[in-house]
Amino acid sequence: MQTFFQQIINGLSLGSIYALLALGYTMVYGIIKLINFAHGDIYMLGAFWGYYSINAWHFNFIEALLSSMVVGAISGVIIEYFAYRPLRHSPRITALITAIGVSFFLENGMAYLFTSDTRSFPQVIQQHNYNIGGVLISNIQILILVTACILMVLLQLIIKRTKMGKAMRAVSVDADAAELVGININRTISFTFALGSSMAGAAGVLIGLYYNSIDPLMGMTPGIKAFVAAVLGGIGSVPGASLGGFLIGMLETLFQSIGLSAYKDAVVYVVLIIILLILPAGIFGKNVKEKV
Amino acid sequence: MLEVKDLVVNYGVINAVKKVSFNINEGEIVSLIGANGAGKTTILKTISGLLKPKSGEIVYLGNQIQRQAAPKVVASGISQVPEGRHIFPGLSVMENLQMGAFLNKDKQQVQENYRTVFERFPVLAERKNQDAATLSGGEQQMLAMGRALMANPKLILLDEPSMGLAPIFINEIFSIIKKINENGTTVLLIEQNAKKALSISDRGYVIASGEVKLSGTGAELLANLDVQKAYLGG
Ligand SMILES: Nc1ncnc2c1ncn2[C@@H]1O[C@H](COP(=O)(O)OP(=O)(O)OP(=O)(O)O)[C@@H](O)[C@H]1O
Ligand SMILES: [Mg+2]
Repeated sequence: MQTFFQQIINGLSLGSIYALLALGYTMVYGIIKLINFAHGDIYMLGAFWGYYSINAWHFNFIEALLSSMVVGAISGVIIEYFAYRPLRHSPRITALITAIGVSFFLENGMAYLFTSDTRSFPQVIQQHNYNIGGVLISNIQILILVTACILMVLLQLIIKRTKMGKAMRAVSVDADAAELVGININRTISFTFALGSSMAGAAGVLIGLYYNSIDPLMGMTPGIKAFVAAVLGGIGSVPGASLGGFLIGMLETLFQSIGLSAYKDAVVYVVLIIILLILPAGIFGKNVKEKV
Repeated sequence: MLEVKDLVVNYGVINAVKKVSFNINEGEIVSLIGANGAGKTTILKTISGLLKPKSGEIVYLGNQIQRQAAPKVVASGISQVPEGRHIFPGLSVMENLQMGAFLNKDKQQVQENYRTVFERFPVLAERKNQDAATLSGGEQQMLAMGRALMANPKLILLDEPSMGLAPIFINEIFSIIKKINENGTTVLLIEQNAKKALSISDRGYVIASGEVKLSGTGAELLANLDVQKAYLGG
């Protein structure tokens, strides 16, 4: 029972990071129907920003987190502007291949600039472990979970309550009609990239704290897992992405805990195949039916 | 108020609108009527800035607008109610209306507009917090019109507002269009339901395969035998 709770705690911490990442996939997909393969690399940029800002300028956790969100947002907006916007009216596969190209560019560019060595992330916060009835929980885990939940609630409020959030939803469902009421499509898409990428930037700092190590390729696997999480939740659905992230995080820790560490990545891909076969729309995905 | 001169619009190699000219005076209801594929929707989309013409001019209140982006056109006072309504599913009725006033920074006026819209379409007030996708077809049409009115348009473009509606709803929609016009909004109405449209219009143009074939006052066109044969079904 104790191990069970222990794994739940570990799974939730990891899952909340996947959830933050999955949100970006789902929002970008919702608005321009593009699977932004470079999203995991924005998370890597966020982690590197955290690394340097803490080491060089002695940023504290909050400063590192907020500034990495800004850096993530700016990177996302720049990538969209230069790489995806010119392809807005091209076939989807063109944009998809471009996204893979952007991802390679960021990974190799960072490896060139900073070498591909693994670095250990500075411990801005001293780790303490609490033992609650035999279940070990660290202050870092709590911090990750709380930060991720706050960010997700904020994001949900922005999407549901603010005018820009509503404009985002309007553009997602009907871009022409949105233009006809005066919504600037380009600005709305930039806004979406900024929001989604800021979540990835934050996730980068959180994972740095959690795993202590960062490197230029660190975005690849979590990026794919977060993508699977977004598909599992129903791509385009914001609550779905959060739930999917938590589920994938749990699944991964579960496999690790039963001694199948070697398969913890493979199982995620199996999940993807299973969803695509039996629940292609995901948990919260809608089968879009239009009224004519 | 609006003058369209020698408008040519292509989709790739398809020439959908061929040198169409017409004009609308302030305060009028003007109809464009014509069969499926005549080019009516294409003309409206071009006025709204969703499509760019190959050649020709669109002059609105003295300014050429044929190269302006859609949000600019809305800001200058032209709102469109698109064919097939195109309300925003997943957004509530209220949020749809709010999006209609997207460019309006004057909060008090927006509140005023909600009131006018709800007065004109009481059913929308009842369904305020409902997902717009759950409205009936007629209610969606009202929402689409309400959303366009939220922008305080000087000129409203209506693309087949009666499409797919039961006769009783059609009458209601047409009487609402008349009221909107009486309140000072100029109307450009596109319809296949030519009899109804012409009966409330000051003037009309008959469009066929991308060209203006006939024009005249609503009454003249209604009386014209050719029009009746070709477009009013006998
Ligand atoms: N996106 C498009 N790509 C290519 N051709 C198009 C496109 N949209 C319209 N057309 C063509 O342009 C012509 C005019 O279409 P349009 O939609 O303007 O007609 P309409 O008069 O509005 O017809 P309806 O009464 O059926 O709505 C048609 O021949 C149509 O096939
Ligand atoms: Mg049409």
